Amino acid sequence: MTAKVDISFTLNGHLKKVSVPIDMSALTMLRDMLGMTGTKLACGEGECGACTILVDGVSLNSCLMYAAECDGRTVLTIEGLRTAAGLDPMQKAFVEKGAIQCGYCMPGMIMQAKYLADTKGKMTHEELQRGLEGNVCRCTGYKKVFDAVAAVVGVTE
Amino acid sequence: MEPIAKKSLIGQRVPKPDAPDKATGRTTYINDMVLPKMLYGKILHAGRPHALIKNIDVSAAKALPGVHAVLTAADVPEMFFGVGRDNRPLKGGKVRCVRDEVAAVAAESEELCDEALRLIKVEYEDLPAVFDPAEGAKEGAPLIHDNKPGNRSLAYQFKHGDVAAAEASSDVVIDSVFNVHYVTHCCMGTSCVIADFDCDGKLTIYSQTQYPYNFKMDLAPALGIHPGDIRVIQPPVGGAFGSKLDVYPFEPVCALLAQAARRPVKLTFSREEEFINAPTRQPVRIHMRTGAKKDGTLTFRKVDCLLNNGAYTSWGPTVPFVMMRTFSSHFRVPNVDIDCRAIYTNNPYAGSFRGYGNVQATYATSIHADMMAEKLGMDLLTFSLKNAQKSGEVTPQGARLNECVFAECLQKAADVTDFTAKHARYAAERNKPGRIKRGIGMASSIHNAGGAKIHKSDGCGTMIKLDDYARATVITGASEIGQGIDAVICQVVAEELGIPMSDITIVNNDSAIAPWDVGVHASRTTFIAGNAAQRAARKAREQMLNAASKRANMPADALDLREGWVVHDSDGTPVLKIDKLLREMHFSREPELVMVSEYYEPPSEPENKEHVGDMSAAYSHAVHVAEVEVDTETGEIRIVKFTSVQDVGRVINEMGLEAQLEGGIVMGIGYALSEELKIVNGQVRNPSFRDYKVLTAPEIPPMELHFIESHSSTGPMGAKGIAELPTIVPAPAIANAVYNAIGIRFFDPPMTPEKVARAIWERDSKLAAAE
Ligand code: FES
Ligand code: FES
Repeated sequence: MTAKVDISFTLNGHLKKVSVPIDMSALTMLRDMLGMTGTKLACGEGECGACTILVDGVSLNSCLMYAAECDGRTVLTIEGLRTAAGLDPMQKAFVEKGAIQCGYCMPGMIMQAKYLADTKGKMTHEELQRGLEGNVCRCTGYKKVFDAVAAVVGVTE
Repeated sequence: MEPIAKKSLIGQRVPKPDAPDKATGRTTYINDMVLPKMLYGKILHAGRPHALIKNIDVSAAKALPGVHAVLTAADVPEMFFGVGRDNRPLKGGKVRCVRDEVAAVAAESEELCDEALRLIKVEYEDLPAVFDPAEGAKEGAPLIHDNKPGNRSLAYQFKHGDVAAAEASSDVVIDSVFNVHYVTHCCMGTSCVIADFDCDGKLTIYSQTQYPYNFKMDLAPALGIHPGDIRVIQPPVGGAFGSKLDVYPFEPVCALLAQAARRPVKLTFSREEEFINAPTRQPVRIHMRTGAKKDGTLTFRKVDCLLNNGAYTSWGPTVPFVMMRTFSSHFRVPNVDIDCRAIYTNNPYAGSFRGYGNVQATYATSIHADMMAEKLGMDLLTFSLKNAQKSGEVTPQGARLNECVFAECLQKAADVTDFTAKHARYAAERNKPGRIKRGIGMASSIHNAGGAKIHKSDGCGTMIKLDDYARATVITGASEIGQGIDAVICQVVAEELGIPMSDITIVNNDSAIAPWDVGVHASRTTFIAGNAAQRAARKAREQMLNAASKRANMPADALDLREGWVVHDSDGTPVLKIDKLLREMHFSREPELVMVSEYYEPPSEPENKEHVGDMSAAYSHAVHVAEVEVDTETGEIRIVKFTSVQDVGRVINEMGLEAQLEGGIVMGIGYALSEELKIVNGQVRNPSFRDYKVLTAPEIPPMELHFIESHSSTGPMGAKGIAELPTIVPAPAIANAVYNAIGIRFFDPPMTPEKVARAIWERDSKLAAAE
């Protein structure tokens, strides 16, 4: 049996205490142990961004992060963006601008967009494109994703 | 009450109804699903291209605690399935490509499955292998299937007119060989299936299929059960793009595991498995000769296609069906002679992929158009207009081009991009000094836009019911795989019934409920399912208006349904709320419920044996213009601007339409510039997103989309199917632009920086040597 470690962290505003195998990824913990399947597995090797979450406000690929590293930190997943007040403005913009097709990449894409909006605010189109570089989408051609982010934070040419 | 004015939803910008759940992580995709008592399955793939299986020892795997089933070919009946009935779920005797499924396990976790697979010992004896179809066709080549002499798989021919005479009378003839490559779908949700048998031997299969009814038919022979005993449930999927149009071995394998374990089993590919084992686009060697008169009139096309079939026959080797259509109908071609052959090799095998052969064929026809125009000293627009068909023309294969706006598309594309002037200017600047060269290129194509009758039926069934609160449920055969038919159906039904789109629920994911449909392919869903939904909605509307007419003492045709009300059609005066009308109908002395059904079969015909037939109820054209910059030192191609003009029939959901076009174009640009599945000696060399480069956000050029509305007389509200042309046309537009920039033709996409830089270097060294 793989050794386990007890951790506690804040997940979408709730305190979680879990015992995780030391070699388990944060993504596997979220999806398979905690039932938070909003965050997607699409490559498992840091190449597609589908598993993007925010840890202490910073976006990262949860497939590359150990679950144990969540200890003592604040984790936000796509499920945590929606509050009692409704969808996050970024989620709303993705819906209204038609940025979602199959939607499989979108939890990661939206978390990355949220990170860019929170940390950069208004940005140039080129900065936005670079900011989303790590998130693969096979359906949309990204154009409507740009439109959605632009609707929230404002993007200059 | 104020009068209610007539407003149309058609042409509006409508978000997908499933988008909020997808944006919040609420949607449970098949990859997210867990059933009670569910086990996990995994497959042991051969990993070698051609070998005899001498022995398989599964005893250690079977003994591992937590393992519930271990299967090899010896444990299951010898059943054949697939388009060519040449594939088996588990391979016995020998393996024919790296993908081959040799054994499978079901266990309590994926980790246990991996451990069990490591314990299976297979002894192989490698056989000589063949990877090139030209080699495979030679006498004495290793035979891949004993019952396929000469490694011959499918073959197609089409002839029309007299090509020899046409060639003799041509002023200009060009002759080229194109080699279009392997690419793969890269669905973000990897292949996944869950199978569950009940005690009566009936199978419920949770599947990513985009083709649920044919899926039953095609899966049954692999399992030896009756298709009627299969229920297909379609949870949300992470993309499809044609890859889920056939049954692949992992699906029957999962069902066999579930049968053996008597528990539900889920089987999911890792991304690496996906790159190696999922279908590809069909690669083709296209040898094309094209002739024309001095005045630019095309005289003939003679085409010879050699297809690498790979080890088994899925949809890939059937792409000549569509390629032949393009060769014979992309422009007016009076004489054609087409010969296509697929030859078995020990490579992985291709399935269907958005564009279905037309991506391959248009690469050839659109580059030849550019070459021909240059050779004739004409500009490409003039040449194209000269050969563009008009409404009412019938192609050599019998396609009747009603509402054909090809010429308008060409003219518009040239006008909005200043094509002709720029093309001449960049050609003139080509040989001036400077590292960065600019070019502009145009390409076009034709595609079926009213379904494609490749089966006996191309129909779709739809049922609509309204409840006492005027909420409608639309039960449709049409599958939703991300493309947006959900929004289109809501619009069409809401338009007819005068209720809000948010009051409509679509049920379309269970073959035990939804009626027949031929699946999401061939750009058919908006056209076919849209027609079915509209016709069903009209029946419901008629029933409601008749009931209202009795109550309002007015003729039914003087009434209309708007915003939840029955109103006077003339001035919008409200008469009665629709929900009240429905309750009155329901609870009256002569009670009636509104529940209607419609089966729509398009007015098209299957091809005859000679490949002639009007197989689609509509056809459409797209013209793309790419403006590029080529860095002559690094070979990098940057797309400065991409313009698309497409005949869409009529815009239904403007936002969904744009989204399909943008996504399709970007997929087409990736095909042109960066994507290639590298298969060397039968092995996939780049099975990761690191080494297989799909386009990401920084590479997306500005895109300008123009829609031409030709108003199809057969389409729903006049619409035509739209989703494949955007992927079909970009590559040759870019190749023509690159030629305009640097004077080099690329007959073998993708135009990667290495390839472009090498071609420039070779050309320059030749020029230097000549001086
Ligand atoms: S799943 Fe983590 S980057 Fe792809
Ligand atoms: S919406 Fe399908 S992968 Fe992005």
